[in-house]
Amino acid sequence: MYEFGFTRPTSVADAVAAMGEEDAQALGGGQTLIPTLKQRLAMPVTLVSLSGIAEMQGIQSGDGQLVIGGATRHADVAAGAGAYPALAALAGGIGDPAVRNRGTIGGSLANNDPAACYPAAALASGATIVTNLREIGADEYFQGMFTTALEDGEIITAVRFPLPEAANYQKFLQPASRFAMVGVFVAKFADGVRVAVTGASEEGVFRWGEAEAALSANFTADAISGLSVPADGMIGDIHGSKSYRAHLVGVMTKRAVEAAA
Amino acid sequence: MPKDIDAKERGIGAATKRREDVRFLTGTGNYTDDINVNGQAYVFFLRSDMAHGRITSLDTAAAAEMPGVLRIFTGKDFEGVGGLPCGWQVTDRFGEVMQEPAHPVLAQGKVRHVGDPIAAVVAETLEQARDAAEAIELDIEELPAVIDMKAALEDGAPKVHDDLTSNLCYDWGFVEENKEAVTKAFEEAAHVTTLELVNNRLIANPMEPRVAVGDFNRATGDSTLYTTSQNPHVIRLLMGAFVLGIPEHKLRVVAPDVGGGFGTKIFHYAEEAFCTFAAKALNRAVKWTASRSEAFMSDAHGRDHVTKIELALDADNNFTALRTDTYANMGAYLSTFAPSVPTWLHGTLMAGNYKTPLIYVNVKAVFTNTVPVDAYRGAGRPEATFQLERVIDKAALELGVDPIALRRQNFITEFPYATPVAVEYDTGDYVATMDKLEEVADLAGFAARRAESEKAGKLRGLGVNCYIEACGIAPSQLVGQLGARAGLYESATVRVNATGGIVVMTGSHSHGQGHETSFPQVISEMIGIPEDMIEIEHGDTANTPMGMGTYGSRSLAVGGSAMVKATEKIIAKAKKIAAHLMEASDADVELKDGQFSIAGTDKSVAWGDVTLAAYVPHNYPLEEIEPGLEETAFYDPSNFTYPSGAYACEVEVDPETGKVSIERFAAADDFGNIVNPMIVDGQVHGGIGQGIGQALLEGCVYDEDGQLLSASFMDYAMPRADDVPFYQVDHSCQTPCTHNPLGVKGCGEAGAIGSPPAVVNAVVNALRSAGKDVTHIDMPLSPARVWAAMQG
Ligand SMILES: Cc1cc2nc3c(=O)[nH]c(=O)nc-3n(C[C@H](O)[C@H](O)[C@H](O)COP(=O)(O)OP(=O)(O)OC[C@H]3O[C@@H](n4cnc5c(N)ncnc54)[C@H](O)[C@@H]3O)c2cc1C
Repeated sequence: MYEFGFTRPTSVADAVAAMGEEDAQALGGGQTLIPTLKQRLAMPVTLVSLSGIAEMQGIQSGDGQLVIGGATRHADVAAGAGAYPALAALAGGIGDPAVRNRGTIGGSLANNDPAACYPAAALASGATIVTNLREIGADEYFQGMFTTALEDGEIITAVRFPLPEAANYQKFLQPASRFAMVGVFVAKFADGVRVAVTGASEEGVFRWGEAEAALSANFTADAISGLSVPADGMIGDIHGSKSYRAHLVGVMTKRAVEAAA
Repeated sequence: MPKDIDAKERGIGAATKRREDVRFLTGTGNYTDDINVNGQAYVFFLRSDMAHGRITSLDTAAAAEMPGVLRIFTGKDFEGVGGLPCGWQVTDRFGEVMQEPAHPVLAQGKVRHVGDPIAAVVAETLEQARDAAEAIELDIEELPAVIDMKAALEDGAPKVHDDLTSNLCYDWGFVEENKEAVTKAFEEAAHVTTLELVNNRLIANPMEPRVAVGDFNRATGDSTLYTTSQNPHVIRLLMGAFVLGIPEHKLRVVAPDVGGGFGTKIFHYAEEAFCTFAAKALNRAVKWTASRSEAFMSDAHGRDHVTKIELALDADNNFTALRTDTYANMGAYLSTFAPSVPTWLHGTLMAGNYKTPLIYVNVKAVFTNTVPVDAYRGAGRPEATFQLERVIDKAALELGVDPIALRRQNFITEFPYATPVAVEYDTGDYVATMDKLEEVADLAGFAARRAESEKAGKLRGLGVNCYIEACGIAPSQLVGQLGARAGLYESATVRVNATGGIVVMTGSHSHGQGHETSFPQVISEMIGIPEDMIEIEHGDTANTPMGMGTYGSRSLAVGGSAMVKATEKIIAKAKKIAAHLMEASDADVELKDGQFSIAGTDKSVAWGDVTLAAYVPHNYPLEEIEPGLEETAFYDPSNFTYPSGAYACEVEVDPETGKVSIERFAAADDFGNIVNPMIVDGQVHGGIGQGIGQALLEGCVYDEDGQLLSASFMDYAMPRADDVPFYQVDHSCQTPCTHNPLGVKGCGEAGAIGSPPAVVNAVVNALRSAGKDVTHIDMPLSPARVWAAMQG
């Protein structure tokens, strides 16, 4: 690590002020950022910890939606998002207990790792990313691997999930990291089905439109049995080829539909 | 295990709980990184990020001015110092010795793999050392890298070492005299099965990364190295005599608690020599603790063989000949025992459990721009077992016969048995272990379990194989002829204290094997005193006799035997003292349950009376024997030991994703006599876990430019608890070793040797049950590979 300063504000306003300083960086659970610092791949002047801000903590439900504070840890979502069981299960399947007890939803969505789980849930749910400046719809928010609509210094204060009628997340583990090699989140709403795929694409999380259309008409696994995503544009690496990942997208989608239906 | 063994409370055969686990599990172990010497400085190694290149400029002047920097060392500082030695010289099939390149402590002129150390910055703090390393001005002209072994041997391939004639280390034939006869047997065979396979490169990844702390005492001129080693005396000899020129009496090497070795902590590494050298140069202790990333690119890797194996059978399915062609990766330099692994630890095992009369093994060892490769749990024997047990399964497929029956038909059944690959098995009973396996694995129930799996949409497969292993490599005279530059005996000093307690100073080194528990069991059995009166000391060259350390499942068979020999001397002397105290002849003295007595009389003296007399010799036969009770023995075995066994694995394959899950795993091992059945179970469990890791998960991968793609746990898949099932482990088949006093054979590597083929055999069997024409899949059997194999 390089030397850095550290501050732990107790309000969003103070955090925003601290983030205005040169080369300040937000610190969520540190599960991505701390290893990066240890490898000297980042050089922030000040880390602004978001863990002391009460208004960014916790889970509320009502009005057909679930609102999760941006600094809420995965373990708390796993335990407390009972109103959205598929989301709670997803949070409970991230990493290991140590990771879940530190890592936060805001950190995960800000980082937008192409193999992360939350982006699939946010995109499939049509969630709204709430920041200190604005509200961003999931469809606008995710802009390719490790890229989001966030501006410099912008802080995710909360995430609003509309509650679907049925939903499920299927995660096929990359054998080493146990991140998603392919993860598919299927969410069925009154006005249609949304399918978001993580882990698979070189463009990061994406919606599988063809499957959405088929499932909106007929929410059964059979409805997508003939469908597939093109291997082109999928990630190919030592853990699996492009065509294997494309194949897994179909399998995981089918399983998610079966589990949700 | 038999009931009477199970019920035993102490001594040989008791399932004594591991005493060392108390400190390991409560965080009170003393590992090398726990050692901090007053005033120590820290070293950070600047390592190559290129696989192959020429250093065109290296300027440390500005970096040396950075805060806290004590000195920056480069290859220049080591020009007057020897390079890292190789401990085994292989002679090739033309009678020439292998090509042996220099292995500098810090790169001189060229870098040859990603991770090759170029400069070492010593500073007051590690962060200061890192800061300064970033300020070093370094230019490297990148050279084309050789990664693929076959490409490395092509004419005109870039040379890893400019001063060698090629990238070929040696071309070894074994047994060269058999070659013609083997060729003829293949011509005459009724059936030949051929299989090409890869034994995947592995990274051992012990939980504790390597650490070295060098210290120097200006007052005495003595150097001390604390290091994460499986064999501190070997390090003292290699580093003292061949690298730094420090005689043993001025050099102490301490390997305290070591958090797993698996082979990769046998070898003498540059960082050890560096810290010892720098401590003297700076008159400051110097500490290095590997980061996990450094471990990936500087710990010797394991396996990495590419093999073609052919099995010839006659019309009755008897094996008539075996022929193999192997390319073995040495990496960029020869690690300490690297040349022995694909040769003497591999070729000699190719007979396996079978009476194949003719065998010829060819091995080409190749230099590439990768991390050096050396012994990893099993070392050569897993590679031998994997090929052999895979080709037998393939032969059974081709011939349409039952793979177990084909094995049984070809088993060696008479012992001693001289193989055509130079070794003689003393004992074994392969029929008995296979019978036992069929029972503990419940092979009869497989069909029903398969039907259940099929109902759940899963493909179930059964894989069975045998293994033979050679432990306690010896005798020293023989291994010397084979090229070892070391002896392979072991030593023990048994020191009995005045009040009867015992300290054993052993040359064996425990880094998870449980010596502190099992060694006392042996002495407890011999003398009849409680185990907790006996303590084991190991790991410090200052207070243990010269020993060769722990690897190759040798500790109990070789180190334990040395301890037995020393204890026999103790008992003989103690009987003399007892005889004196009882006024009888020592020939009549019996020792039982810690009491000396004279048969047919009521005379007896306790162990403690005798030991006290030895140190307070008031009533003592001083004219006949010296006071004191301390004996040393060195034991050099007359042969290897040959554990063997049969393993069965049942897998389920998800046909949609290719994901394999291990549903059952059974092991029937013959380790000869067993000292602690619980420790043996644990060793087998750990070995199978690593074997499953190799078979399903672990793969060290370089890209064609020599960048390590699996450079962290994000991409290198270690087995986790949920990747393995509960094992059925049985070691009730026991054919004791005939040539060591304990009749033990060694159990440390068996699991890792015996399990990979069982897993692969099972997966192939599962896929074939669904009509897939699959005969082999290379390890690791990742979901992607299994799925690809199913697509045809
Ligand atoms: C061993 C391991 C296994 C893992 N497995 C999985 C897995 O299976 N699935 C998965 O999805 N993830 C996994 N993760 C990642 C984990 O979920 C991380 O917690 C997550 O990626 C980052 O969250 P964090 O709170 O730790 O963020 P940090 O590491 O603190 O920060 C990450 C980035 O987000 C920024 N940031 C943090 N919070 C905010 C905010 N509120 N607003 C704006 N920017 C912010 C930081 O500045 C930084 O750039 C794993 C991590 C580890 C170490």
